[in-house]
Amino acid sequence: MAPKVTPLIEQHRALGARFIEFAGWLMPVQYEGIVAEHLAVRSRAGLFDLGHMGQLAVRGRDALPFLQFVTPNDVGSLKPGRAQYSMLLYPNGGVVDDIMIYLRPDREEYLVVVNAANTDKDFQWLLERRADHPEWVVEVEDISATTGMLAIQGPLAERILQRVTEGDLSTVRPFDAVQTKVAGVPALVARTGYTGEDGFELYFPIEATVRLWDRLLEIGRADGLVPVGLGARDTLRLEACLPLYGNELSPEITPLEAQLGWVVKLHKGAFIGREALERQLQEGVPRKLVGFELVERGGIPRHGYEVQLAGRRIGTVTSGTSSPSLGKAIGLALIESSAAGIGREFDVVIRGKPVRALQVKTPFYRRPRQRIGEGVGS
Amino acid sequence: MADVRDGLRYTRTHEWVRVEGDIAVVGVTDFAQAELGDITYLELPEPGTTVKQGDSMGVIESVKAASDIYAPVSGEVVEANKAVVDTPELANKSPYDDAWLVKIRMSTPDELNQLMDAEEYRKYLAETAATA
Repeated sequence: MAPKVTPLIEQHRALGARFIEFAGWLMPVQYEGIVAEHLAVRSRAGLFDLGHMGQLAVRGRDALPFLQFVTPNDVGSLKPGRAQYSMLLYPNGGVVDDIMIYLRPDREEYLVVVNAANTDKDFQWLLERRADHPEWVVEVEDISATTGMLAIQGPLAERILQRVTEGDLSTVRPFDAVQTKVAGVPALVARTGYTGEDGFELYFPIEATVRLWDRLLEIGRADGLVPVGLGARDTLRLEACLPLYGNELSPEITPLEAQLGWVVKLHKGAFIGREALERQLQEGVPRKLVGFELVERGGIPRHGYEVQLAGRRIGTVTSGTSSPSLGKAIGLALIESSAAGIGREFDVVIRGKPVRALQVKTPFYRRPRQRIGEGVGS
Repeated sequence: MADVRDGLRYTRTHEWVRVEGDIAVVGVTDFAQAELGDITYLELPEPGTTVKQGDSMGVIESVKAASDIYAPVSGEVVEANKAVVDTPELANKSPYDDAWLVKIRMSTPDELNQLMDAEEYRKYLAETAATA
């Protein structure tokens, strides 16, 4: 089957992008180069085509109890115009997907943003769970085909985006989402992202994608705004220790094992996966996700590589890279809990050879503190 | 368009060879470095290692991918480029000059005839691009 393309395919070609097939989509992996794009986002700003991501709308009188039932975070605490990181879980505590839920400022509906590879699976899952409760008045709609999505990320993102945005972006705090106009296009502008930098994600009618992309690149050029591909999106999120579904999260990994216990709010009442997570909390998690860096040369640790302690397998690398910001080989690994601990070592097997690694504090990268009055930290 | 130097020999796996007497100076091509992107790690054979044409003799890794380096000719490795091991980005910046990888004393110089010349390699790249 031919891969799907976003409305920006010709823009990417004209910018000299190299492409990869990702989750059934033909997407730019890099333009100028992964390292250059990564550093541009850390020091200036980058523009991302996120047209492959999925968007689901959940609306109706019982939208809140429905979302409470299918997610572990407390949707009841989500105020209008705010965003919440959450998940969809299986009854065994494994992860269907990790998601972002926005309650639109007008309270009309929840916008659920899901991973490209999981859009169909999530939609079907929600329809089935909806059918478990025929008494609920709730509608789930896949609006991916009509919703455009871009991200602008980096310390200069606000300054650049402000030039074409109605309203004062400096009052938009992390995880706020406001309905406004960008270059004349009605858009939901959220101070969220997947890079570890300040920045915004934009949702708008898909027909406006090309116009917004071209306009933002044009007005950001003087500040060094560059287009950024999926390659740097991955190195940026990994330095910030933001999980990637399929690597740190999967049907076989619970949020507790992935060190995302803060997403699980047991006080809120029943939800799918709750019993399994409670059991795991009582018994202790058998595996833990840990951050590490290589302390000897030997290559780049990559997804799926074996982790050993004194020659015995204790786990697997979930993600790894050569960190552009730190100049080190870094990674995340899911290992036996008994072997986890900052300062402790293990070996990563790279091409058959054990390479020494040290467990370190995460995230690997934290952006410099904001100035006072620049909003709350996240 | 990838830079292809006249006067060098090329493999289908994108290594180049510059012949200096009985020594083959070996590197990876501009096309290879551009495909890999930011190169951050190289593993090269120790001097004294005997290699056979077509065998994997090292590894080149970028942020994006890891790739084997194949011996374009048989012989004994007499020198490996420490500078490029210490500064892998040289392989992006100067694939045909500063980032030569190894020097091999050829045991079977006739093997050079199996490699492509610049004109053939250009054609090969054009075909590769057309089917990609």
